[in-house]
Amino acid sequence: MIAPYDEFNDDVIDIRNVTRRFGTKRALDEVTLAVPRGVVFGLVGANGAGKTTLIRHVLGLLKAQAGTVRVFGRDPVLDPVGVLSRLGYLAEENDLPGWMRVDELIRYTRAFYPGWDDRYAEKLLESFGLAPAAKVKNLSKGQRARAGLVVALAYRPELLVLDEPSSGLDPIVRRDILGAIVRTIADEGRTVLFSSHLLDEVERVSDCVAMLDRGRVVFAGELDQIKQSHHRLTVRFDGGRPSPPDLNGVLRWEPHGGDWMATAQGPLDEFQFAVAAVGGEVVERRSLSLDEIFLAQVGTAYVEQQES
Amino acid sequence: MQIHLSTSDGVPIYLQIVNQVKYLVASGKLQAGEELPPIRTLAERLLINPNTVARAYRELELAGVVTKRRTAGTYVSAAGSPLARRERLKILADRVDALLAEARQMNVDTETLVDLVRQRDEALDATTRSPVTRKER
Repeated sequence: MIAPYDEFNDDVIDIRNVTRRFGTKRALDEVTLAVPRGVVFGLVGANGAGKTTLIRHVLGLLKAQAGTVRVFGRDPVLDPVGVLSRLGYLAEENDLPGWMRVDELIRYTRAFYPGWDDRYAEKLLESFGLAPAAKVKNLSKGQRARAGLVVALAYRPELLVLDEPSSGLDPIVRRDILGAIVRTIADEGRTVLFSSHLLDEVERVSDCVAMLDRGRVVFAGELDQIKQSHHRLTVRFDGGRPSPPDLNGVLRWEPHGGDWMATAQGPLDEFQFAVAAVGGEVVERRSLSLDEIFLAQVGTAYVEQQES
Repeated sequence: MQIHLSTSDGVPIYLQIVNQVKYLVASGKLQAGEELPPIRTLAERLLINPNTVARAYRELELAGVVTKRRTAGTYVSAAGSPLARRERLKILADRVDALLAEARQMNVDTETLVDLVRQRDEALDATTRSPVTRKER
């Protein structure tokens, strides 16, 4: 497992040992996570893994039952103004007031933010094809998401938080949202935290990724490092082998022709050495997509749970 | 510059860009002196993190495929052509490796495989007679 970021002291979000229970269910279990300034941080995990609960802690909507949450070095529960005024937020089902017109929504929201950028807001409205006179409740789901994006972006927040922003949206709106993430980060080196179960989206735009599974961080780190430390390896044994050997770091073994295919985590040379020690040879290595890594990691977690 | 990304086969995105630019240069679709799109433009077009594009460009610069002109963008190196042949062969070598690995798994020896390559080459010659293929040969 990759260590959390101790080397970054410029963390925009710093979450330490946060545990949260809803009744008997542990929604978050000793979660420690740091989001460094200037990165796109992708939060992945199945439904119910704890992504939204974690984001609600960042926004100060939930108080940590154990552990600490700091955003810009402040406690979002004790200092909501200090945190929320620097943060833009868009949720899967955004709760924009339906009775407002788009231009009213803009005027209403800008009153809260001294840093509101009128020209930028106009530019966004135009590029999204949002009519100022349209009532929010009459907008399509995609247009409503775009309107939410405009009011989340127009004050150029230092931190953009998106909770499942593209869930249930058509590909064109998803492109707009991804584009907004890309432009946000390209523009001024701002920080983005976004959760998604669409792993190919996460893989495209993230610098760092954390994977949650049933309230726990399975791994967190730079996407490049995560990808480099996971391998799919074809292992050949002289004369074959009826069952795979028990090796450290292997998440899953599958028969593959006369060989064995391992999904492994850890340094490649160590694995090659371990394979050689039991009389095998790594004949092929390929990288894994985030999707495959997720499946391998979470799949093992299930097995562990069943065994314990 | 046409780049196609896939997140399903596990190859890191920056590496996909590096490989495809090398391929475009090797195949002459990108000419020496031609300018690559600015990092931000390409990032927005491909909907990927600008840092990823920057990393790909850095790798390409290290490999000598492109040169960065101070404040004026990234250009395909003039030294692109000698490298082009090497890159072409390297691209093919990777494909050959995969083919060999597969052949071994199916217990097909290299002689048979080479014969098969010749056979397929003749078959291809018989069907495709495009001027480009002719000239290249």
